[in-house]
Amino acid sequence: MEELSFTLKTPRPAAGARRQAIVGVVASGNLEVLVERTADTDICAIDIATAAHGFRAVWEAVIGDFVARGAGGLRISINDGGARPDMVALRLAQGLRMIEEPEA
Amino acid sequence: MHTKRMAMKNWNDQKTARAARIAAGQTVADGKMIPAERLTEFLEAVIRPGDRVCIEGDNQKQADLLARALANAAPARINDLHMVQSGVVLPEHLDLFDRGIARRLDFSYSGPQSARIARMLFGGQIELGAVHTYLELFARYFIDLTPNVALIAAVSADREGNLYTGPNTEDTPTVVEATSFKDGLVIAQVGEIVDRVPRVDIPGDLVHFVVDAKKPFYVEPLFTRDPAAVTETQILTAMLAIKGLYAPYGIKRLNHGIGFSTAAIELLLPTYGEALGLRGRICSHFALNPHPTLIPAIEAGWVEQVHSFGSEVGMEDYVAARSDVFFTGPDGSLRSNRAFCQTAGLYACDMFIGSTLQIDLAGHSSTVTTSRIAGFGGAPNMGSDPHGRRHPSEPWLKAGAEADITSPAPLRRGRKLVVQIGETFGDKNVPLFVEQLDALALAQKLNLDLAPVMVYGDDVTHIVTEEGIANLLLCRSTDEREQAIRGVAGYTDIGRQRDRKMVERLRERKIIQRPEDLGINPLDADRSLLAARSIKDLMLASGGLYKPPSRFRNW
Repeated sequence: MEELSFTLKTPRPAAGARRQAIVGVVASGNLEVLVERTADTDICAIDIATAAHGFRAVWEAVIGDFVARGAGGLRISINDGGARPDMVALRLAQGLRMIEEPEA
Repeated sequence: MHTKRMAMKNWNDQKTARAARIAAGQTVADGKMIPAERLTEFLEAVIRPGDRVCIEGDNQKQADLLARALANAAPARINDLHMVQSGVVLPEHLDLFDRGIARRLDFSYSGPQSARIARMLFGGQIELGAVHTYLELFARYFIDLTPNVALIAAVSADREGNLYTGPNTEDTPTVVEATSFKDGLVIAQVGEIVDRVPRVDIPGDLVHFVVDAKKPFYVEPLFTRDPAAVTETQILTAMLAIKGLYAPYGIKRLNHGIGFSTAAIELLLPTYGEALGLRGRICSHFALNPHPTLIPAIEAGWVEQVHSFGSEVGMEDYVAARSDVFFTGPDGSLRSNRAFCQTAGLYACDMFIGSTLQIDLAGHSSTVTTSRIAGFGGAPNMGSDPHGRRHPSEPWLKAGAEADITSPAPLRRGRKLVVQIGETFGDKNVPLFVEQLDALALAQKLNLDLAPVMVYGDDVTHIVTEEGIANLLLCRSTDEREQAIRGVAGYTDIGRQRDRKMVERLRERKIIQRPEDLGINPLDADRSLLAARSIKDLMLASGGLYKPPSRFRNW
């Protein structure tokens, strides 16, 4: 298990008022993404626990694109089962969308 | 006046030669009937060294008994054969070359033998003519690659040699037409001999000998995709294709490839497509095999008509019960025909959408890797813009107008939409996008004049990945084209080396469209959006008419 942590500036806070969202599952080739609100609306903090070692540069690229779209005031915890970057990007987009949606 | 005549020229040598082959065959056969246990001996009697021979077989059905019998022949009797056949699929097809029975090869598709055929080409055991598309090889059967002997497969025969091919007619009429009418010999393996065939697919006077294999020919269920294996990124990519391509162009007439991305599209029509109000506006007419994943869309009333290259294992009863949609014979079962369906895909479809293994920065694509030569099958034919097309249609005109902004409309060619769809990372995390196709290295290694390119970049109009759609019709320079491709290449090396500013400018011009640009909610990319989530769901959707092969059953 490799652990990575990023604290990144982001241009906009995430919209909506939900406190928390969770998408995905921990499984081979998949990942679980927990999204929570924080007080720092220009910061996105991301903690990753991944089964695959040595992919820091790819994580940086995926996360860099994600926060550039505006994900301020969020703490994101990722449990990764060795998902491909396209799946990671989709789960992040889903987590953001879910926390921005009105409460069901 | 006298016209000069060539002295002593005999103008009917080929007919004489065929009569001699038939006479030789009758030393073993009883009338047209070959005893199965003496099949190899029979083939040794009728096939001559150096003959052009077609063993019928494509990506689906196989004349397996005849292939085995020929592979067992004595190389001293039969050698130097020139094999001219759609598919190099069975191990016996290559055993022929290992044993010195065959020397030269012209083919289209090699699916399961792709690694071995590559090794044998490198090793020099096979002298390669060319890798063709199906339609192209069929065309050459009538010009310069006419078989001397065709070994074909049918479901049943009567004693006159009339053949019933059942739903898997596929290449048979084409192979028989070229061989039999040019004085070649046609030998058929059949599953049974009957008094009267259910329908005559091949007239008996074109068939010279028949062998009763006492069991059906082998058929590969190549077009069955298990919905259980469709991933959420494939669903997202399929949503992009439906909302960003099918809808705006109004694609009614089309062909789908065999991959999971297009299976996902088929499974989203009754759900996502319905929610977008697209029923009747897209996907009504197909050149397509009876894909099991198309069942939910057919049942929901999306599909008006389907013409097929071949059949698909397990779909026979469903097709027979849906004759308004499929082409069926007087016996009720499907009539497929690969040559006609390839022609239909070329000239009567407005879109081809399929997957590939490698795409380069010019948009060229290939399924050849350094260790595998999979051949082409029909994709380069489907995936090309036919310059002989003359009839207009809304999508064809719209695409033509996007590509050519200077010509006056009445003189502007339309464009067929040729779409490559796939995930940025394929099997085993191999990137879809590459700096240089492996096909180029292969061409160099084998000293080929042409690299085996599946779809040329100038034919490709769009590339769709989970990251977005690149519209190459709207690119005005090779630079723009390269950045448009990089711009949907995700986190592959090619994608990460994009010029971000230029990609954003392409996005403003809608040359690149992201899911969010099309109003696609990523939360919809969920397996619950599939109209069927398993093979069992497909069977249930068919009302029990679809009978999945055992390897796809887990209940």
